[in-house]
Amino acid sequence: MKDNNMDIVYDVKGLNLWYGDNQALKDINMKIEKNKITAIIGPSGCGKSTFVKTLNRMIENVDGVRTSGEILYYGDDIFTNKLKVEELRTRVGMVFQKPNPFPKSIYENVVYGPKIHGIKDKKLLMKITEESLRGAALWDEVKDRLNENAYSLSGGQQQRLCIARSMAVNPEVILMDEPTSALDPVATMKIEELMEDLKKDYTVVIVTHNMQQAARISDKTAFFLNGELIEFDVTSKIFGTPKDQRTEDYITGRFG
Amino acid sequence: MKNNEIRDLIQHNIKNKSHFSDKAMPLFFLTMALISVLTTFGIVYTLVVDAFKFFANVPLSEVFSTRLQPLSANPSFGILPLLNGTILTTIIAMIVAVPVGMAAAIYLSQFASKKLRKMLKPILEILAGIPTIVYGFFAYSVVTPILMTLIPSLEPKNVLSPGLVMGIMIIPMVASLSEDAMNAVPSIMKDGATGLGSTKLETTFKVVIPAAISGIMSSIVLAISRAIGETMIVTIASGSSKRFTFDITQSMQTMTSYIVEFTSGDAGSGTVGYYSLYAVGLILFIFTLTMNLIAQYITKKYGERY
Repeated sequence: MKDNNMDIVYDVKGLNLWYGDNQALKDINMKIEKNKITAIIGPSGCGKSTFVKTLNRMIENVDGVRTSGEILYYGDDIFTNKLKVEELRTRVGMVFQKPNPFPKSIYENVVYGPKIHGIKDKKLLMKITEESLRGAALWDEVKDRLNENAYSLSGGQQQRLCIARSMAVNPEVILMDEPTSALDPVATMKIEELMEDLKKDYTVVIVTHNMQQAARISDKTAFFLNGELIEFDVTSKIFGTPKDQRTEDYITGRFG
Repeated sequence: MKNNEIRDLIQHNIKNKSHFSDKAMPLFFLTMALISVLTTFGIVYTLVVDAFKFFANVPLSEVFSTRLQPLSANPSFGILPLLNGTILTTIIAMIVAVPVGMAAAIYLSQFASKKLRKMLKPILEILAGIPTIVYGFFAYSVVTPILMTLIPSLEPKNVLSPGLVMGIMIIPMVASLSEDAMNAVPSIMKDGATGLGSTKLETTFKVVIPAAISGIMSSIVLAISRAIGETMIVTIASGSSKRFTFDITQSMQTMTSYIVEFTSGDAGSGTVGYYSLYAVGLILFIFTLTMNLIAQYITKKYGERY
């Protein structure tokens, strides 16, 4: 049965994941809603990064990974051939822990995705570049030096460039794996401000080890512990009146 | 007060420690390093001094002529036939080594499983350990006869066969150095590309190779330098005809095999022919030095900017 509810982007059903013999995710069930920011929190090693990398199957680049269960993306199981992995990844963009621009010009970084997927028209590529860089709040800072190497940018600018790069293929979802963990507080603030705008056009799933960040920016929060989804609710509830004792212990700083 | 006893013992030992070797060993290491540096300077000095004697006796117009007849009654020392032989064998070798070496490097670094890479790389590197005289023999006694069945006009000694075999010899060098360069591209950068829906092949050609280009280019330049300096294969399989021709089915002589031929006893000390060896040696040295400098320049200029 196809899920016709268009407000549910991801429907995760009974997801298990193993690295070799180590089970990293245990029976995860979770629905991710459209145009919302979903934060995933939990202590190191709880599986939060693993989970978000499963959503676009990047986790399969790791040797010896096995999964069971299903992840429905608008009703299609991403593990079946119904949705090619390359198609999934153009519809679901990803921003990584460390800024990882290509050693190319700023312009070439943004148009990488569109070019790979067959867009050749120079005018269109320029339009994509401007829109994506504006979308990532970087346009004003780099519009006069689009041909400079991306590594001439500061770390925070590089990360916003990576956000622009993922936006350039017009995805529906943007996954963010601790996108500010390598950045200073000012650069972090800029990215957080950006998030608020992003959710108008995109569904955002963000992994963060920073609880204040989750509280500030997200609509819903999921708390992971030892590979299990302990609690998933509206952010204000998770941080205000958590149902599970372990959630409360974590958010009040008793461990983690 | 056992602890104090140990402390006193240690303090006593430290105070009485002889620091002779701490001072002497660095001096020894410096001497060893200087030996190789000085030897290089010594070689260059000899080359330049004796090559100068050659250039003082032979006009430049003769040096850059196509007639090389060092032993005739009316000797002529044109270097072009030798340059030609060297350049042709090098080009043939590169035509073999660059595509094959690159393809192998791409496979090993991007597509092979860890297990397969661990098995294949040492096997590939065995190729690099075979003595060049074995390659020369292989070119002369195996490759040339096979090529003769394909190209009937092929001379028993020719440029094609040693060129091909030299290429095979150089494959591991190109493959191994390029593979190192591609492996050094951070996996997070590749994730950036696959995360945008690139296939592995697209990621390899659009991200990994451009990012590793400096290492790849310098591996190729070093391989050229190796091919120019290669001696045994060409001496055995390409003969000693001092012809100026572009027909690779014919026998030609390279700069290196010219030196081999003449140091095997033909040139009397003090003759112009004798000094011509140094001139050729100097030119050879300038060639390989230039190549190595280019490789260094590429690595610096286009070095990893990530």
